[in-house]
Order: sequence, then structure tokens, then C-alpha cells
Amino acid sequence: MPEDPDSELVSRLRAGDEGAFAELAGKYQGAMLSMARGYVPSGAVAEEVVQDTWIGVLRGIDRFERRSSFRTWLFRILVNRAISAGVRERRSVPVDDMGPVVDASCFDAGGSWRVPPEPWADQVDDKVIATKIAARILAAIDELPLQQREVVTLRDVQGLSSEEACAVLDISHTNQRVLLHRGRSKLRQVIESEFGRTR
Amino acid sequence: MIRLWSLPRQSLACQQAVELVTDYLEGTLSPAQRRRFEAHLAHCPDCPEYLAQMRAIVALARNITSDDLTPHMRTEFISLYRQWRADEARDTQA
Repeated sequence: MPEDPDSELVSRLRAGDEGAFAELAGKYQGAMLSMARGYVPSGAVAEEVVQDTWIGVLRGIDRFERRSSFRTWLFRILVNRAISAGVRERRSVPVDDMGPVVDASCFDAGGSWRVPPEPWADQVDDKVIATKIAARILAAIDELPLQQREVVTLRDVQGLSSEEACAVLDISHTNQRVLLHRGRSKLRQVIESEFGRTR
Repeated sequence: MIRLWSLPRQSLACQQAVELVTDYLEGTLSPAQRRRFEAHLAHCPDCPEYLAQMRAIVALARNITSDDLTPHMRTEFISLYRQWRADEARDTQA
């Protein structure tokens, strides 16, 4: 297993360092809230779930055996509590969301681009535009279907490995890749429609 | 229904390539699939932009997170921590 990026903070937390707790909270609070919101009916309940998770972390940190990374353990606790508090059931990938990630009308009969992607990727070298696009991505992640949002949040926003994301969400590698592919593709589409230039 | 695999083995169409982008970035394509994908990119005028966009999405999403707590949030977490310590101490004494 690769080195746990939170190893040092976990040791400090175990030693009773309240600053380490605040640092971990700062690092994960946003993603935890966003994930919890997918399961429960309101933002207020999501906040309760997240707070409850942090209490669970404080209670359990001495028993945390580091067999997984801290963040895998943390998000597992969160998902379990969110499921207990939530009203939505976890589902496998909905079948109605299995079509192509780029609309078929964008391609000709031979499968070549008829309406090619409108360029924008070179614009991210400009810090101001990159910040604007990043903000739009953040908002668009919240609009993704629950499972895609979870996978994209864990993998792309939080930087978890595919192994970690599968362990948190209890899904297969294949399912995880499908969800990541669909989620990322939708984000690309949103950004293209707002930042792409017609050529 | 998309006709993903109906084209000759050697030539990957753009429509197929876009469905393979995540597997390519994840490193989960077989060596043969990877070669076909890269061969397609080398001569396609548009798919390199598509791939660059997907890479940009991943890179920008990763930079969204801020580890900086607002002073207010920091105070809240420190008091949550202290409250928990106090509750623990009381429970141990009881």
C-alpha cells in the first residue's frame, strides 16, 4: 500500500493535538459535505452526518489500524453514517445513463467527428480563466448523479486512488471506471458549452 | 445503440476513442488497445483536443480543494474537539 498522505496528522491526532484535528477537518470537510448531501434530504442533515463522522473519528482513531489510508477509513465512516441517516438507497449504475458520453449526432456515419470538440484546453494556462473553469467544475460536480459525483469527488477532487475509491464506495473497479468516465465526460461537456470557442 | 466495434480492427474511430479516454488515462487499456488509441491520436485532428480537455478537467478538479480553514471553521473544529475531550473525561470518571 502506498504511504498514507495523512500519516503524520493521524499520529499527531492520536497524541492529542487539536491542531491536527482542525487540519484534517479543513482538508476533508468540503468533500464530506458534498458526499453526504447525496444521501440525505437536506443540507442541515448532511452537516449533522459530517459532524457525527468527525466524532466517530475522534472515538475510533486509537483503534484505527492503518490497514487502509486514513481518508479511506474516514469516507467509509461517512458513507455508512450517511446511509443510516439517508432516505436514498444506493443503486447500481442506472441503465438509462449508459448511452454514449458524446452525443451520436456529433459523429458522421463512419464515427469521425462531424461536430468536433470546441477548443478550450489551452485556455487553462491563463490562471484567471483556469480559476473560472475550476469554479464551474465544482458547481457541475454537484449536479452529477449521486454515484458519479461520489467517484469524481473522491478520485479527482480528493485525489484518492481507484483502490481507495472502490473501498470507500464498495463498488467494483469496472463500475468505478464507468462512473468516473461518465462523470468526467459530463463535466467536460459543461465546460465546453461555456468556455469552448467555435472554430 | 452505438456501433462501437463494427469498424476494422486497425482503425479506431473518434466515436470509439472518446469512450476509451478514461481507460487510457487510468492505464487500464491492454497494450494493443493502447497502441490503437495512440495511433488514432497521432493522425486525428480533433481527438487530441478532446483528450487534453479531459486531462484539464482532472487537473483543475484536483486544484479545487483548499486545505485552508476559515478562522471561524477552525474555531468550531477546535471546540468540537475540546467538547469531545470533556465528554470523554466525564464518561471515564462516571
